[in-house]
Amino acid sequence: MLLMRRFLGVIFVLILGLSFGMTSAFSESLTVVSWGGSYTHSQEKAYHEPFTSETGIKVLSENYNGGLAEIKTQVETGTVTWDVVDVELSDALRGCDEGLLEPLDTLALPPAPDGTPASSDFMEEAITECAVGTIVWSTIYAYNEKSFPGAKPSTIADLFDTKKFPGKRGFRKGPKVTLEMALMADGVSPNQVYAVLSTEAGLKRAFAKLDSIRDDIVWWESGSQPPQLLADGEVAMSTAYNGRIFNAVVVEDQPFTIVWDGQIQDLDLWVIPRGGKNVEAAKRFVAFSTTTKALADQAKYIAYGPVRMSSIPQVGRHADSGVDMKPHMPTSPANTKNALFNDVFFWADFSEELNQRFASWLAK
Amino acid sequence: MRDVGSVGLDGVALKRALERSGRRRRMWSFLVVLPPLIFLLVAFVYPMGKVFTRGFYDSTVSEIIPETTALLSSWDVGEGLPSEEVYATLLRELVAAKKERTLGLLGTRLNFELSAALGVVKSTARRGAKMEAPYKESMIGLSERWGSLDIWVALKRVSENVSMKHFLASVDLEYDREGSIVLVPEEERVYVKILLRTLWMSLVVSFFTLLLGFPVAHLMATVKRKHANLLLILVLLPFWTSLLVRTTSWIVLLQRNGVVNDLLVWTGLLSDDQRLSMMFNMEGTLVAMVQILLPFAILPMYSVMRTIPPSYMKAARSLGASYGYAFLRVYVPCTIPGLAAGVLLVFILSTGYYITPALLGGDEGMMISNFIAFHMKKTLNWGFAAALACVVLLGVMVLYWLYDRLVGIEKLKLG
Repeated sequence: MLLMRRFLGVIFVLILGLSFGMTSAFSESLTVVSWGGSYTHSQEKAYHEPFTSETGIKVLSENYNGGLAEIKTQVETGTVTWDVVDVELSDALRGCDEGLLEPLDTLALPPAPDGTPASSDFMEEAITECAVGTIVWSTIYAYNEKSFPGAKPSTIADLFDTKKFPGKRGFRKGPKVTLEMALMADGVSPNQVYAVLSTEAGLKRAFAKLDSIRDDIVWWESGSQPPQLLADGEVAMSTAYNGRIFNAVVVEDQPFTIVWDGQIQDLDLWVIPRGGKNVEAAKRFVAFSTTTKALADQAKYIAYGPVRMSSIPQVGRHADSGVDMKPHMPTSPANTKNALFNDVFFWADFSEELNQRFASWLAK
Repeated sequence: MRDVGSVGLDGVALKRALERSGRRRRMWSFLVVLPPLIFLLVAFVYPMGKVFTRGFYDSTVSEIIPETTALLSSWDVGEGLPSEEVYATLLRELVAAKKERTLGLLGTRLNFELSAALGVVKSTARRGAKMEAPYKESMIGLSERWGSLDIWVALKRVSENVSMKHFLASVDLEYDREGSIVLVPEEERVYVKILLRTLWMSLVVSFFTLLLGFPVAHLMATVKRKHANLLLILVLLPFWTSLLVRTTSWIVLLQRNGVVNDLLVWTGLLSDDQRLSMMFNMEGTLVAMVQILLPFAILPMYSVMRTIPPSYMKAARSLGASYGYAFLRVYVPCTIPGLAAGVLLVFILSTGYYITPALLGGDEGMMISNFIAFHMKKTLNWGFAAALACVVLLGVMVLYWLYDRLVGIEKLKLG
């Protein structure tokens, strides 16, 4: 019994020591979680490093693959270790609905340099109840020039035309973006896409369009896959996130071309998981990293557009290659002629049903 | 007689001493098994119970709208739309939930049952404070969905704490409006197909690991010790390599510009534009899984084969059996315990395979764990993910029972 008591004593001391060690190690730092790769790199350069030199608070980067599962686990078990997380717009709304995120609607965001208040400087969708936007990213499709020595694909319809442009196609495994692109390729104009998709006939039409190239589709799941698939010749064209293709072209010299016709824009935003230990510091970080300058700086490292209007004229050249970044932004006027903005409210309402329909279609 | 009596007296003392020492021994042995027992409870029984409970129990909604829940429990779809009282109560509770920031929790659960219900609930709560009695008319005026029975049936269903709906959905069944169990519409059926595919793929993988593993194990058990050790290292080396690394190596081998295709083109068997698509389909997934799981079949077979004395075969031969006959009738039956262990191990591991199908599977090679992960990570429908996991576990347990009846679990031998 004495042995037992001594054993328990040792364990108790160990746990106590560990928890002290943990709190002292993390009290002066923030854990910021994002998608990894060149994207996280751009955030480290434009947000984390300046933030640390101004406030002395260290920023630790962690990577994840999107979704709310980790945040939900942390909040539900009361062990929140992520202080700030970069999420997609749909997850920002969903997480807020589920009570997983700290409300940010009272957060004071600095105005633009010319005095425009933050509320009108940010894009409309970029300030929500629990999130503050940083970038506009886009799902485009890109092709490998080696696959098409003659005529080049130029419209969204060409992505679905395997007669004119033979070869495998890469698509993200999921109904979001895939169904919208199918409808646009079938001749639906961007402002009608969600109205059509809300009807049973429209949904059938989208699946029928997908059926027409079904055997040529290769599905991808993580954003790093499309450039790889294109480079390996596994597909001739693929939908992809525009920043990934830009990096493959500019940094890795790959012969890819982006087709902006039918691009689908979305936002990434900062959220703060509810019940974290560093909420105040996290809020400071969010406000700091969404200033006009910080957002414009990020565009030096990756081709995603800032969500503040006042940042757009400040977008300069790529940090390594010196390429002018403006024409590579999803929001650049030349690229938005036939662009769609992802309707998160549509997806909040219909994602369960469409996920199910899509999975069933895929399993056929 | 007196002797016996004195022995009895001493016997009582002895018995007591024996009992005492026996008790102490039992306590010690209990203490020794206590840590693994606690571990089992904490790391297995408790989480499994939790997963199982999540599959059928969820009190979120009934806690957010308790009064509506009570009213709805006595409402039946046969009565038509609920009374004004129910409308008024719901509206009041929705407005309160919006203030408490719990409205979304209710809305997302309702949305699992009925598409677009989230939007209806949110817009109703937003404008709820300004609405006037009679609430039934004003709510239907705001959204005609409030005038349909579907949303009320869905509301009643999510407000029930205990429900089998997730388990039903795991096998493509659902409750209809009246509460009887029906098949989901054809364009929404997925899981039976995926469960059967998972079963089929696991069987194929088990069969091929057995087919390929048996000769290797036999060779290892019969060659000289020195060579056997070398072979063992060759089997173990990939076994110790990370699963992710082995899966990615298969991508390198199988892709369009990969090693295998390059070799075929180089030898002239294929022209450059005829390159085969060997991954992102079921075949590629199966090939990789067989290779990755092979050691799990080889090792138990090897350890059993090593213990079979060579004299058995010699005896059979000396009694006049041909080599083939002796092998089939004497050697193979002796290997059954190892064979059985290997097949069962590979089969159970296959049913839960996740990384390899996720990376190599494309759409044809997706297995049930990919769907469980999808609902954990993307839809956040953890109740459904839990139910799917339980269905898989149940399936494996049924197969295990069948296996026990056919092969006999006591014959199983890992070494």
